[in-house]
Amino acid sequence: MGMTYVQKLIARACGMTAVETGDVLELPVHLAMSHENAALVINQFNEIYRDTGREAQVWDPDRIAIIFDHRVPAESAKTATNHKKTRGFVTQQGIQKFHDVRGDVGGICHQILPENGYVRPGQVLVGTDSHTTTHGALGAFAFGIGATEMAAVWALGSILNVEVPGTIKVVVNGEFPDGVYAKDLILHLVGLLTAEGANFRVIEFHGDTIRNLPTSSRLVLCNMSVEAGATGGVVPPDEETRRYLRDEAGVQDELDLFAPDADAVYDRVVEIDAAQLEPQIACPHTVDNVKPIGEVKGKKVDQIVVGSCTNGRLDDIEIVARTLKGKHVAEGTRMLVFPASWRIYSDALNAGYLGDLIAAGAVVCNPGCGPCLGIHQGALGDNETALATTNRNFKGRMGNPGAEVFLCSPMVAATSALTGVISDPREVN
Amino acid sequence: MAKGKVVLKLDDDISTDIIYPGRYMATVLPTETPQFAFADDAEFNQALNEKQFAAGSFIVAGDNFGCGSSREQAASCIKGYNLIVVARNFARIFLQNSINVGLQMIICPGIEAEEGDELEVRDDKVWNLTSGRSFAIEPLPKARQAIIDAGGLIPFARQLLLERGAKPV
Repeated sequence: MGMTYVQKLIARACGMTAVETGDVLELPVHLAMSHENAALVINQFNEIYRDTGREAQVWDPDRIAIIFDHRVPAESAKTATNHKKTRGFVTQQGIQKFHDVRGDVGGICHQILPENGYVRPGQVLVGTDSHTTTHGALGAFAFGIGATEMAAVWALGSILNVEVPGTIKVVVNGEFPDGVYAKDLILHLVGLLTAEGANFRVIEFHGDTIRNLPTSSRLVLCNMSVEAGATGGVVPPDEETRRYLRDEAGVQDELDLFAPDADAVYDRVVEIDAAQLEPQIACPHTVDNVKPIGEVKGKKVDQIVVGSCTNGRLDDIEIVARTLKGKHVAEGTRMLVFPASWRIYSDALNAGYLGDLIAAGAVVCNPGCGPCLGIHQGALGDNETALATTNRNFKGRMGNPGAEVFLCSPMVAATSALTGVISDPREVN
Repeated sequence: MAKGKVVLKLDDDISTDIIYPGRYMATVLPTETPQFAFADDAEFNQALNEKQFAAGSFIVAGDNFGCGSSREQAASCIKGYNLIVVARNFARIFLQNSINVGLQMIICPGIEAEEGDELEVRDDKVWNLTSGRSFAIEPLPKARQAIIDAGGLIPFARQLLLERGAKPV
């Protein structure tokens, strides 16, 4: 029986000829990523070694990446102390893939991993962050795990008891109409599948539309696959994957590009005509509460947030800057822009985008996760409404359970910044 | 087996942002996280902190409990009060985190119960003693049950480490 992409990846990683959905396997881990929650992982890791008579030593420091992004620069003494402890551990263990609070190497983990060439097709990649699914865009089987699970990975070099997931094949053909982007496609798909529709499964993306998307857009699709409950999202690697890794991530070594079997068996196949899509909005308080923009337009917006591991990349910031250039954010609306990494921040600065944004009235903040999950800057007031290019709109997500969060593409965010209400870019620009 | 009252009844798609709001994520230790459990539900959070609920009391939820973030605090904060979560089903990461940290959770696809109902877990079923109905429990895969039987992932991984030597095979 043929295997889907991730089934094939798992079989190769385990040195097996075939695996089937539901098989329970221990997988070797090629890359293990953590952010601020490394502080908890370290605690649990030391617990595993307690009373064993062995020195607590990670299995392979070169396969561990730690990136500070959730609370940078530290917003409290507690975070600063967590950062400090983690730095000490990084030094003691010899972990090189460490991205501290720095303008030269810092940023959000799900941008740092791809842009530094840490992600490769065929990898088993685990991260203590649910949006680790992002890295399926480069052909990795990438998924989120908890901190204690990660502590066991650091000790053992493998992840225990992984059930081989079934796969939902999503085939997207056709060209996006004007004003429609990868974010609208994934919001539409999450609405279609629902928040639990892909639980314990992988979403595998196919079709001409996907083949023609740059990696930056594929990262958006895989990033938000978890919002349908998926264990992972994946784009089987191709020439675009090779181009990105060579030209943008500086990867020199040989790449293992492979495809799912032609006779792979899928749990479900979903076909989408990209040409029929409209700009989409995920309405409060679940990500699957998705509506075409026509049903929501006109809603007053207090704060616009552009950024995050979903939509804080250079092409996102370019769209927003071009839309706002020479114009102004509407009175009564605040706009925050958080690039996904300092490399992107620098590129956006050099291209003049940040200057255009600031002149238009946007506040350009340092790269980080902060406002997306309400933990560092950009909190909402009571009964306020935010429109964000981020990935979640759960009650309380942006720091206030009395506020509402709507999710959209960068183009919709930029258009709405000009009007102060949720606005359709096809009508305004 | 366990017997206790339903102290909180929740809908579908309860996210980890509701269970453990992001702004408390700098607090990581399982000994410290319980104080912020369900912090945005001030009344329930206060009742928890005042230790109004007996160990073995139940939270009952619908589908996809614990969706969203991978934050393990969402499991450890409930574990701190020794509450048992019964849900129609769980989101993947939360399910695994619960097993790893020893939070008792029960997958019960048909569960029907209201706040104040008395539940008992017995014979692979959840019995609602108030309504007189029983609902089948979906067993966990053996590999996951083994972690629970070991007392959580830390002792389980410790044992594996000792069996395998300092370096993985």
